[in-house]
Amino acid sequence: MNIVVLVKQVPDSGLARRLDAQYRVDRNGANNVMGELDEYAVEAALQLKEAHGGEVTVLTLGPGQATDTVRKTLAMGADKAVHVEDDAVGGSDALTTSAILAAVLGRIEWDLVIAGAESTDSGMGVMPHLVAARTGAPALTGARKIETDGASITVEHQRANGYDVLNANLPAIVSVWDTINTPRYPSLKGIMAAKRKPVETLTLADLGIDRAGADAAANEVVGAADRPARTAGRIVTDEGQGGAELAGFLAAEKFI
Amino acid sequence: MTDILVYVPNSGKHAAEVLTLARSLGDVAAVAFDDAAAGLAGEYGAAKVHRVEGAGIDDYFVAPKATVLIDLARQAAPDFLLLPSTDEGKAIAARVAVALDNGLLTDVSALEADGIATQDAFAGATIVTSKATKGFTLATVKAGATEPAPAPGTPQVETVTAAVSDEDQRVRVTQRVDEPAGDRPGLAEAGVVVSGGRGVGSAEDFALIERVADALGGAVGASRAATDSGYYPHKFQVGQTGTTVSPQLYIAAGISGAIQHRAGMQTSRVIVAVNKDADAPIFGMADFGVVGDLFQVLPQALEEIEKRK
Ligand SMILES: Cc1cc2nc3c(=O)[nH]c(=O)nc-3n(C[C@H](O)[C@H](O)[C@H](O)COP(=O)(O)OP(=O)(O)OC[C@H]3O[C@@H](n4cnc5c(N)ncnc54)[C@H](O)[C@@H]3O)c2cc1C
Ligand SMILES: Nc1ncnc2c1ncn2[C@@H]1O[C@H](COP(=O)(O)O)[C@@H](O)[C@H]1O
Repeated sequence: MNIVVLVKQVPDSGLARRLDAQYRVDRNGANNVMGELDEYAVEAALQLKEAHGGEVTVLTLGPGQATDTVRKTLAMGADKAVHVEDDAVGGSDALTTSAILAAVLGRIEWDLVIAGAESTDSGMGVMPHLVAARTGAPALTGARKIETDGASITVEHQRANGYDVLNANLPAIVSVWDTINTPRYPSLKGIMAAKRKPVETLTLADLGIDRAGADAAANEVVGAADRPARTAGRIVTDEGQGGAELAGFLAAEKFI
Repeated sequence: MTDILVYVPNSGKHAAEVLTLARSLGDVAAVAFDDAAAGLAGEYGAAKVHRVEGAGIDDYFVAPKATVLIDLARQAAPDFLLLPSTDEGKAIAARVAVALDNGLLTDVSALEADGIATQDAFAGATIVTSKATKGFTLATVKAGATEPAPAPGTPQVETVTAAVSDEDQRVRVTQRVDEPAGDRPGLAEAGVVVSGGRGVGSAEDFALIERVADALGGAVGASRAATDSGYYPHKFQVGQTGTTVSPQLYIAAGISGAIQHRAGMQTSRVIVAVNKDADAPIFGMADFGVVGDLFQVLPQALEEIEKRK
């Protein structure tokens, strides 16, 4: 079974992140890492490969430094990668990104595409559906469990109050939450092996796409501001009275 | 007049919020796939309801509903199409965006009549305003964006008959498993949420968090460290990969306040923290905090609450 994993490099969500003057994610000052949910997508692909054979190809669209993320996925065990890198991509919106990813998917043989349920920078959570709409493949999103017999796929789609069991024939697109598995760390052997694994770099011209970037976007960011800090509250230290003071605060705020 | 198409799912508060927001912008035409949704649309001031009927729509995942919404949006040429920011709402919106080659704004927390949308970026650290530059304003609206305000009326009801195409039958819903909600209010909807983190230390001790929640009529939440450790079921997780809550009161006990947790609760009106580490980041956003052991502080608070009631 040939699996493509969609992986996006994002600024580390544990550190301060900002937008640049063009309201784009500032990737220069940031510590860039693999999208946190995408690690679970890579792990899911590796587990399916281990059970069913085939190859895992990583697909990313991003600037030059996304190579680090590609290398990490190869070190985890992916077989090869396609990295779309083109200066004209900067400022693209999700619709354009999906068109580019779909164009690559049109060039390779795949049975299953696995993505993160949402990226940790834009956090839109729409890319798997956008790509599905463009490729015409069925989308089974928000999975907490995946099973396949090689011909069809069944997932548990996580909901707030339970889950739905979804089933479709392959080829299909799935996206995963962090409840699905525990991603592996690259081993030293994996890191060494990654250096010899093939990475194909493609430009928009290679894909026959001539509209991308901010000019092609269907939305525009018109302003950005830091969230006003919450005004500092009252912090007390418990010396035997803390619980009573807490209740007093709740009463003053009319919660009791 | 501004024409607003609203997708109304059958359940509760979030849908009511989207209808309330939509009504403040123009004339609302709701799209309802069942009577509960149609009823909600009438209660929250929709002028019109497209009541969609068709066999098998619910047997397949998202695609049949998306096709209906695409067709209605094409016919109605609205100024706005609004959906709740749920998995389903986003999935439908994405398909509409591709089909109509239209801009798409997700997780908006406010919307103006001129189409300017407010969105959180970076787990809420940054607030951005954006607008669609292609097509109409297609947006999914975050839970908690507005207070739902009923405006009962008698909307004009138009029946739409939908047939599910073969193409839309590819993702079958073979089973729906609803986990019992229990007696407490739903996490996303509750006015009070009391959450426990790793500091609670065990599943048994979550009973203390439940007692505080019950004393305040609230829901119980948990940090990911608590759900990952098996102290409390995953569906109660608050945060980036759990539920986003926006209650009047949020109490975080034994939670450090990692950015992914804050992403799911920072728009709560009043935030209270109990943590034994005075340097825990959660105190930076708390309206009231107690530096102390939650096993000392919460039982005493409970006693006081019972006394004051
Ligand atoms: C992709 C991704 C998604 C994530 N999504 C989420 C999410 O949706 N929700 C979420 O919550 N996290 C999420 N996280 C995890 C997040 O980064 C933190 O690890 C998590 O929130 C920590 O939970 P915690 O505060 O309970 O635990 P800790 O950070 O370990 O904090 C425990 C706190 O309890 C205090 N404490 C200990 N004992 C006591 C006591 N007796 N009395 C009082 N205080 C005590 C300690 O001082 C400490 O501050 C995500 C992470 C990633 C990478
Ligand atoms: N530029 C990209 N390159 C590759 N995959 C992406 C890209 N953007 C998004 N994805 C995939 O789509 C998922 C959801 O992204 P989003 O809709 O942006 O929240 C991510 O977790 C990735 O798996």
